[in-house]
Amino acid sequence: MLTPLHKSLLNDFQRDFPLSSRPYQDIANTLGVSEDDVLSALTELSDNHLISRIGPIIPPNQLGVSTLVAMAIPETQLQAVADKISAYPEVNHNYEREHTFNLWFVVIASNAEHLQAILDAMEQETGYKTMQLPLLDDFFIDLGFNMDFHNA
Amino acid sequence: MLDARDRQLLEQIQTGLPVCPRPYAEIGTTLAMPEAEVLERLTQLKQQGLIKRMGVIVKHHQLGYRANAMIVWNVPDNLVKQLGRQISQFAFVTLCYQRPRQAEWPYNLFCMIHGKDRETVLMQLEQLKSSCDLARLDHNILFSRRCFKQRGAVYQPKNPTSLTHG
Repeated sequence: MLTPLHKSLLNDFQRDFPLSSRPYQDIANTLGVSEDDVLSALTELSDNHLISRIGPIIPPNQLGVSTLVAMAIPETQLQAVADKISAYPEVNHNYEREHTFNLWFVVIASNAEHLQAILDAMEQETGYKTMQLPLLDDFFIDLGFNMDFHNA
Repeated sequence: MLDARDRQLLEQIQTGLPVCPRPYAEIGTTLAMPEAEVLERLTQLKQQGLIKRMGVIVKHHQLGYRANAMIVWNVPDNLVKQLGRQISQFAFVTLCYQRPRQAEWPYNLFCMIHGKDRETVLMQLEQLKSSCDLARLDHNILFSRRCFKQRGAVYQPKNPTSLTHG
């Protein structure tokens, strides 16, 4: 069960996380609890896979280069191809979606040549084409995700 | 612009801030960077927009937001910026990007909605369409089915010899 402390940590510290020597103490002061309470609650959220981490969201293409990639794979081959794609350490967020282009993932590489080499290797290994959809413009101002706990 | 030390710092911190009393000092130890410098650099990176936000990163799916839809639009090029900014204003939109069209892919504007269920997402999409006058535009909604791999964006260091995790 999520306690009020868990809920507050999930919703209220997605941005403007304190940049100070004792950030968890600062959060504790704001919430009227102890630093240990905050550290334990965050560890619980992490252990229960409700948060992935505490950290920065870095705009795409600041460190290295990345692209969204789509592939159209016959249904019977999808799991096998997806497993091959997931095995690349440069891949994250590999999803099946409802479309002829049914496999969607992001590839991140150190530079454009490295990126192209990975995509070439994927096409060779799977026998299917990759469609590259790199980011051209980012309109999103990331303020975090406001959770509705009412019917959670 | 990022200098070499900023890069090292971001590479170190992107996998997560340690949950311990002085996490920035701990990050600094591995980089031989004083805690004060870690804090100063992160503050500057945030001011410059090289960190979009700093904080708790939640797992939508685990928290009951099971429906994840990528909505793609074919928008006239001269309207992309304006519509992209408008769409981004909605609280339920979690990403909004312009991407190139391809031979078999006419869509150039992408947004993401994370909702509790399919019906909610479809309602939110209707709201978006009527508020931004989008119904007349060619679009498609791609709900996610299986998730094969999920991981936050982990950027590989420029110099492969300094790779710490594969």
